[in-house]
Amino acid sequence: MGALIRLDKVSKTYRTGDIEVHAVCGVSLDIGAGEFVAVMGASGSGKSTLMNILGCLDRPTSGRYVLDGVEVSDLDRDQLADLRNRKLGFVFQGFHLLSRTSALENVELPLLYARGLTTAQQRERALRALDLVGLADRADHYPNQLSGGQQQRVAIARALVNEPVLLLADEPTGNLDSRTSVEIMGVFQRLNAQGITILMVTHESDIARHTTRTIVMRDGLIVADAPVRERLDAAVELRRLPPVQPVGP
Amino acid sequence: MRPLATAKIAWRALRRNPMRSALTTLGIIVGVGAVIAMVGIGNGAKAQVEAQIASLGRNVILVFSGSTTASGLHTGMGSAGTLTVEDADAIGREISGVVAISPEVRIVTQIVAGNQNWATQVLGESPDYFEIRQWALAEGAPFTERDVRSANKVAVIGRTTAQQLYGGDSPIGRVVRIKNVPFVVVGLLAPKGLSVMGTDQDDVIVVPYSAAMKRVTGTTTLRSISIQAANASLLAFLPQQIAELLRQRHRIGPGRDDDFTVRTQQDIAEAATETSRVMTTLLGAIASVSLIVGGIGIMNIMLVSVTERTREIGIRMAVGAHARDILMQFLLEAIALSMAGGVIGIAVGIVTAKVLSAVANWPTLISVESIAVAFLFSAAVGIFFGFYPARKASRLDPITALRYE
Repeated sequence: MGALIRLDKVSKTYRTGDIEVHAVCGVSLDIGAGEFVAVMGASGSGKSTLMNILGCLDRPTSGRYVLDGVEVSDLDRDQLADLRNRKLGFVFQGFHLLSRTSALENVELPLLYARGLTTAQQRERALRALDLVGLADRADHYPNQLSGGQQQRVAIARALVNEPVLLLADEPTGNLDSRTSVEIMGVFQRLNAQGITILMVTHESDIARHTTRTIVMRDGLIVADAPVRERLDAAVELRRLPPVQPVGP
Repeated sequence: MRPLATAKIAWRALRRNPMRSALTTLGIIVGVGAVIAMVGIGNGAKAQVEAQIASLGRNVILVFSGSTTASGLHTGMGSAGTLTVEDADAIGREISGVVAISPEVRIVTQIVAGNQNWATQVLGESPDYFEIRQWALAEGAPFTERDVRSANKVAVIGRTTAQQLYGGDSPIGRVVRIKNVPFVVVGLLAPKGLSVMGTDQDDVIVVPYSAAMKRVTGTTTLRSISIQAANASLLAFLPQQIAELLRQRHRIGPGRDDDFTVRTQQDIAEAATETSRVMTTLLGAIASVSLIVGGIGIMNIMLVSVTERTREIGIRMAVGAHARDILMQFLLEAIALSMAGGVIGIAVGIVTAKVLSAVANWPTLISVESIAVAFLFSAAVGIFFGFYPARKASRLDPITALRYE
């Protein structure tokens, strides 16, 4: 089976005045379809830069990046945008939903920049994506009417709506309490079980244990890359955790 | 490009911030409203002046006694008695293209009918006068050449004067005394309204000039001569011919000033409409300033909006928006705001003009051109002032934009 993602000696160097910062130094990495990968590392380890490159938001200074058979390294800005639109879904730490915009319209957002879909088709696909994360009944809610976990699930639905080959999550549980974090991991595990490839940046090892493979970065290099042993099942954990307590004044 | 999708995106973005959208639009509403109302007032004034000038008559040349030339001491137009009935006859006889001519004398005096009296102007004219001024009679008939020859004491009376002397009754056949000389009213003039100078043209009584001169004033000279040319093109050179004839008759040597003044209807019209044209331009210019201020308001809000929505722009780029999509979205937002402001502003301007007409009694005239110009101008304001913020938005780097707090 061919790799979904192939990084070949990818480097990224930033220049700040006269100082060169080597954020990523010659990383080579293969990720196959259907994997659920956690990228870990301290801040400054280069994991964010690597995520930006994998997310086609940034181009490597040197090396090759092939995503789903497409050579990304020589694409221009608009081609990168099209690639993000068709092949990638993003989930951010801060949810990044549009305020004063209903959940449904938030989920529709990537479809507005896609070609060849009618309004009815857009609506139908957005509703299906919301259903996938269990929020079909909240379609008309605004983000400020939703809990953090629900907002993140809307963001996941937005990431899924264009049926991407890869879901990229940047600290998806960073702004959530532990129970909600596990819930989100449950959503990811369910999606992964349906065959969706997920790449997630996190610095919490508990969260990383929900994945199938963990990569650790330090100083722009991969220092560890191993399958997860004793993988956690979010569904089992949730049953063990106490139910949500109403927060008193 | 996806114009429909972009329009949808822009619409959703505007809808998210109704208050901000409304406030931004307000600047344009005020601007366009002011332009429409001000130009409406200016055009209304101009149309009124033009109507008044048309009431002077058609293809009219006026010759006044005295001169306006600013050398030495002159007593002014119409005051020095230098024109005579013979001058008028000579013009009628020797200048071709003159179709009607009326010598004029004028007395401002108290006139009496029964126990009513009224101060008005008494005009001594020939029967041609009614033709020259295009002045129809509402009742009765004008006096005739025979009345002029016999200096008959007959009069045609203006609407205002008739009202003052006879109330609602018909004046025909009634007697009016001008300086104690009894005249019989034979005709009632149709109302003509205000003149260019703002005086009531219907406050008048017209008698044969011969009767006025012989029986009332005893003068032998005229105040002026009204002449009607056969067509408008004659107005270009007839005044020159008339002036030459009169200089000859009055034995005015070369280098000496005329003792009369020739004016055409066009001269008067140009002087009068020039004022209102200048006023329209001035009002429009002042109002345009507020439109430009409104445009700057749009730019200001759009710039703030781009900064405030940096992360939104980052999200849009992350999910696949091209730089062009972002540019078009913000440009469309600006254009939509300014055009909405334009449409509402046009309505506000029209209502303002109507209210001014009704309350202040100012004539206003809203032309389709001024509406179209205001609308297109507001769209142009949106494009012009929206482009810079839109370009700024489209040039953001998605990674930086996503991290923006």
